[in-house]
Amino acid sequence: MAASSRNGSFETVVLPHLDAAHNLARWLMRDRVAAEDVLQEALLRALTYFPGFRGVNPRAWLLQIVRNTAYGSLALERGAELVPIARSEDSDGAGADLPSGEDDPERALIKSRARCRARALIAALPVELRETLVLRELEELSYKEIAEVTQTPIGTVMSRLWRARRSLLAAAKTEPGR
Amino acid sequence: MTVSEPFCEMALLVQAEFDGELDAAQAAALAAHRAQCPICQAAEADLAEARTLLLRGGYYALPDEARRRVLQRLKPVLPAHLNRRRQWWRAWWTGGIGFGLGAACAAALALVLLSPAEEGLTRQLVASHIRALQPGHLEDVVSTDKHTVKPWFDGRLDFAPPVKDLADLGFPLKGARLDFLDDRAVAALVYQRDKHIIDLYVWPATVRSDASPQMTESQGYNVVHWRWNGMRLWAVSDLEVDQLRDFADDWQRTP
Repeated sequence: MAASSRNGSFETVVLPHLDAAHNLARWLMRDRVAAEDVLQEALLRALTYFPGFRGVNPRAWLLQIVRNTAYGSLALERGAELVPIARSEDSDGAGADLPSGEDDPERALIKSRARCRARALIAALPVELRETLVLRELEELSYKEIAEVTQTPIGTVMSRLWRARRSLLAAAKTEPGR
Repeated sequence: MTVSEPFCEMALLVQAEFDGELDAAQAAALAAHRAQCPICQAAEADLAEARTLLLRGGYYALPDEARRRVLQRLKPVLPAHLNRRRQWWRAWWTGGIGFGLGAACAAALALVLLSPAEEGLTRQLVASHIRALQPGHLEDVVSTDKHTVKPWFDGRLDFAPPVKDLADLGFPLKGARLDFLDDRAVAALVYQRDKHIIDLYVWPATVRSDASPQMTESQGYNVVHWRWNGMRLWAVSDLEVDQLRDFADDWQRTP
């Protein structure tokens, strides 16, 4: 593994993780355009650091760069304002394929609403809970990898994950119209 | 959760088990506790519910158009970077002589022997193939009809890849996707033989002449490559060597 990261090029080692990098950027920034900016900037940084990369986990390495780039971005805490939660369902991501994947338009609409609502609930979590949850559930990182990416002790990762899940459920239960 | 909600110290372990972080001994200890703790019993269901909610929110894969934009902007920087890497290798090689001479030489030599362009390409292809086998990554367009697959590449590539269906010969076409190899976007056609997936990568050759199929092997995968009609074709699969060879022959023979 170490040999492949030393031998491999940026294209073969880092670029396979573009989706993961984008997913994290998108959930951190909560805005499509800001996420793409962060992704671009993170890739440039990754390219600069790559000759020194000796690790065995390029995905975690790239995600850490994405996270640091996002935290350095002034737009990080503006995502919720930039994109009002009510219309956070935009044209990218999994939402775009709903109409074709579902024959029945009514069911497609219900699914689309459920997704929209889920996204709004996740987006409303504080950033440190949100990133922990996204890294665990969507990127399927281990606690150790999350600790590495977020530069946080494992104990903190565990309690953040717990709080994130409880907050999400609590918000889902108190939400009107449920 | 509200702060007043009853909390059990062991609940974080229930969560750790849910996340696959406990070994067998820890899990057994937890099971004993959980048998008599209603809070921990309830926690499990909540964790699953939170997971469902999160997965419903979904993964933001990078859309095709944004991917093109991002890679395009990266392109001007990439070659310079690759040059830097080569210089770094040279520096390492010269500097390595003084220290741990024997070992350093042996290691460097092995690397030089193992990394001609085609070795590197084989590795890239196998890595790409393995990546594609992850759920949801295999095809961008799912179709067994070559008349659907071929036009799908229009505007996505700067060449028109040959698309053939070999269903009659036992290698049905399943779909296709774009991939990035050897510094360029390539077509990846997905075929299937029984339960085995074959990825066929296609991109324009710099040499016009045809070349007959050659077999290699990397990380337990079989690889066959040939040149046909101005295209380079590389197929990767976990099929037996003979069957993959048949695939290459059949593919060439099919009009």
